[in-house]
Parts: sequence; C-alpha cells; structure tokens
Amino acid sequence: MLTYLARRVLAVVPVLFGVTLAVFSMLFLVPGDPIKMMLAEFVTSPDQIAQMRAQLHLDEPLPQQYGRFVANALRGDLGTSIRSRRPVATEIAENVASTAQLALASMAVAIAIGVPLGLLAALFRNTWVDVGSMVVALLGVSMPSFWLGLLMIFVFSLHLAWFPATGGGDLLHLVLPSLTLGTIASAIIARLTRSSMLEVLGQDYVRTARAKGLAWWGVVVRHALKNALIPIITIFGLQFGNLLAGAVIVETVFSRPGLGRLIVGGILAKDFPLVQGTVLFVAASYVMINVLVDVAYAFVDPRIRVG
Amino acid sequence: MRHRGAVAGLVILGVLALLAIGAPWLSPSDPIKTAPRTALQAPGSGYLLGSDQFGRDVASRVLHGARISLVVGLISVSIAVGIGAPIGLVSGFYGGRLDAVLMRMIDVLLAFPGILLALAIVSVLTPGLGNVMIAVGLAAVPTYARLVRASVLSAREQVYVEAARAIGGRDRTILTRYILPNVVAPLIVTGTLGLGTAILSAAALSFLGLGSQPPTAEWGRMLAEGRDYLREAWWISTFPGLGIMLTVLAMNLLGDGLRDVLDPRLKV
Repeated sequence: MLTYLARRVLAVVPVLFGVTLAVFSMLFLVPGDPIKMMLAEFVTSPDQIAQMRAQLHLDEPLPQQYGRFVANALRGDLGTSIRSRRPVATEIAENVASTAQLALASMAVAIAIGVPLGLLAALFRNTWVDVGSMVVALLGVSMPSFWLGLLMIFVFSLHLAWFPATGGGDLLHLVLPSLTLGTIASAIIARLTRSSMLEVLGQDYVRTARAKGLAWWGVVVRHALKNALIPIITIFGLQFGNLLAGAVIVETVFSRPGLGRLIVGGILAKDFPLVQGTVLFVAASYVMINVLVDVAYAFVDPRIRVG
Repeated sequence: MRHRGAVAGLVILGVLALLAIGAPWLSPSDPIKTAPRTALQAPGSGYLLGSDQFGRDVASRVLHGARISLVVGLISVSIAVGIGAPIGLVSGFYGGRLDAVLMRMIDVLLAFPGILLALAIVSVLTPGLGNVMIAVGLAAVPTYARLVRASVLSAREQVYVEAARAIGGRDRTILTRYILPNVVAPLIVTGTLGLGTAILSAAALSFLGLGSQPPTAEWGRMLAEGRDYLREAWWISTFPGLGIMLTVLAMNLLGDGLRDVLDPRLKV
C-alpha cells in the first residue's frame, strides 16, 4: 500500500514539472512582443516598456526565468496582475472559495441525479425506464451548459422568481449555477452507473445472493451497488476537473465571481500574469485532486494496491 | 433501438448539413443586416423566429450559424486527428523511449481539464474564430493520440502482425497494411463523438467572447447576446441554443450507433 502511494505521488512530479513549463512558455508563444500586446491599450513610452520587461524579468536568460517562475510559484507568488496591480495569488485566494463551492455543489447534484438514474436504467434494462433514462442522459451530454443556464434563469428567476439570476455570495445564489453544472455532469455519471451496474449484476456473487433467497433490493443495494460504485469513483476525479472547467462557463452565465471569470476576464484584458497564474493553479489542483482520488480508490479496491 | 438512434442522428445531420449549405439561399434575409425599426419582434408574422435587438432576422442568423458550427467542428476534429493520430501511431508502434517521452507530454496536456486547455491556447493565440478552431483542435490532440496508441498496441500483438514480420515485412508495410485498419474504426467512432464536443467547446468559447466577433452569426455568440434580452425576447437565445443541442445530439446518436456497429469493445 505504501509503495503504491509513493509511486502514485512521485508520478505527479514530472507532470507538475511539465505543467509549469507549459504555463511558463505561454508568454513566449505569443506571436510578437508580449509586452506590446499586453500594454497595447495604454499609452506606452519606451521607459514603461523597459520597466515592464524588468518587472517580468524578461531580460534574463530563459532557464533562469523559468527557475524563478517555479521557485516563486512554490512560495505562493504567482506574479502581479497587470490590470489590478495586485498579486495574482491574492486574486485567486479571493475567488477560489466561490468556484470550490460551485464545483462541490454541482458534484452533489450530479451524484443525486446521475446515480439513481443509472441504477434505475440498469435494474429495468430494456424497458421504457431504461430507454427514458438514457435519452435524458443523452440530452444532458448534448446540452450546452450556457444554454441550460439561460433556461434556468428564464424559468426559475425571471418567471417564478424563486432564485436570483446573477451574482454570488449566499447559498441562494448557488442553486441555479450548481443545478446547471450538476445536471450536465449527471448525464455521464448516469451512463457509467448503468454500465457498471449491469456488469456487476451479471456476476456470480449476485446470482448466489439471489439463489440463497435474499431479497432483491437487499442484493441490489448491499452486494451490487456497493461494487458498481467503485469504478465510478475514478470518474469523480475526472468529473471534478470537468466541473472546474465547466465553472468557467457557468460563472460567466450567472455573473458569479470565481476562478473561471478571473481567467476569462484576464484573457479579454490581455492580463497574462493573471491568466498564467490562475491556469497553473487550476491545473495543479486538478492533478492533486486526481492523486487523492486514486488514493481513495486504492482504499476501497484492494485489487489496485496489490496489482 | 440503438440503430434507430443512429439513423435518427444521421437524418438530423443530413438535414442540418443541407440547411447549412443552402443557408445563403434559404435565409429570408441577410443575417447581419440590421433593421432598428423592427427590433425585438416576436416569432410569427414578419419574422419566422423573431428578430434580435438590432432587428436582425433570427431565422437567417440561426441558419448561417449552422454553417459556422459544422465547419468549425470539422476543422477542429481534423486538426486533432491530424496531429493526434500520427503521435499515437508512432508512440504505439515504436514504443520505448520515444513512446515514454510522447506520453509524458500527453499527460501534461491532460492535466488541463476540459475547456481549460483550449482557453489557455486561445489566450496565447488571441481571441477569434480561426484561433478557436486551432485551440479546440489542439486541446483534443491527447484524446486521439491515446486512442490510436491503445489500438496500435493491441494490434501489434496480433498473430497476423507477427506472421507479417516473420515473412520479412517492413515496418511501413506492417504499419499501413496490418495495423492502420485496426485504428480506423475506433477513430471514426471517437471522431464522430468528438465533432459534438468540438462544436460545444467552440460555441462555449464564442459565448465567453473569445471566439467569433460581432456581427458574425454564430450560435455561441448569439446566446451571449440573447442573454441580455432574456426577459423581453427569449427567442434570441432559444433558437441558437436548440441548434447547438440538436447538432450535438445528432452527432452523439450517430457516434453511439457507429460504436455499436464498428467497435463494440469501446462501449462504456
């Protein structure tokens, strides 16, 4: 178990190294002079450009710049936003809670809808329940989150006036964004639950449990569902990444503060340090979350840590 | 039931493609021509699907939007397959150090979840519809590289490949004649499903203001513009939204159906 954990954690190091290198390179892949692009809308004197160069350490050799970038990032220094002139780390700190709330609430919604839907579809295989659930899941996969969000605002905010349409802060503001994001994520979870459940239901131990006279629902919940949920846990890790990325869009739809709006605002304002810092933060969090998921997976499924 | 779904997907896509090709002739009016006097008209008499805040005809804009979305989807997936497939082919066939290096690079790209990678690429290339296609395409490269690599790896172990090698077949012959055919089926399935994903991502980027610029009639952009008129004019955002959903749904139906026929192993 310990060696498995050590291996899994060590495997992250090269990936994080690559991620920092990729994010670092962003500035140099910009066609033309990044400084001129960033400062395009300001009146700039050669002095200002020189000052900016010095501030971003663009005059140093590349390896040295990269070393500084990584060392600073490890200390929690992600540079300074060009527009707000505040540390990027501060901007992230102010927005991370909002995005985390949205992602967690959406995950809860996705599980609450997806697992029962997939379970029903598997139990009533090839009936109208199955077909209906999978059609709903297919619609969910095909639905653009930004349109679903607008529909939610239209129905629950403008017409029924149950929830506020835009903004962030309290729990009421969380309802519509998390319903939007969660509903879309639930489609994939429903499909997976269904196929995983179908596989488990065909196993010998399920037949044995049935044969010795256990009640159908007891077998489903205690023997089948418990095992069917194992592969779904890995998907939670991936899904969490999708939720983080989906938050970018949903936050814009609902004008909700968060990391997504920080990135989009940064791109539109050509605020490169802000975009780099936030993208690095999200990618690194995603990598770490997946490690945690893998570790959790090893705990629930002994086959992993032995194999 | 599965095949019925695939046929339905194919029919919807066929109709959409015809509408997209015929958009300039089928459209009641110019998609970017403004008519301030008849702004925000409800669907019906004058405008089949209503008019937007500038009095532009929503029906014409939705038709032209189909053109853009289908083209964007095709180009993005072509970029993704064009770069991803060779990487996977080389990586899977030759293995060793090259494979290790390439796959570590793919792992790094996969560390940027979902649309984040496309966002990062757009920020480097600067916003615009052309760059959105490149960004969405590049962001999907890891998917195809991994898929092709996996198919090559399993094909490489087949007895007929061993036999071809035994009679002195060269790498190139083995690769093109015995391994490539095994890659095509999963590639078609994933590519079809990928078209839907690409269209969704591209529309999302345009919705965020990073893709098509006004006054282009593009679905994501139209939704963003309709967002401000949700109360007075629901039709501005509803029809492009329906357009995106229907297109992606059709591709998912077709992709699922193709998978059942061509490559049952991929079934999730």
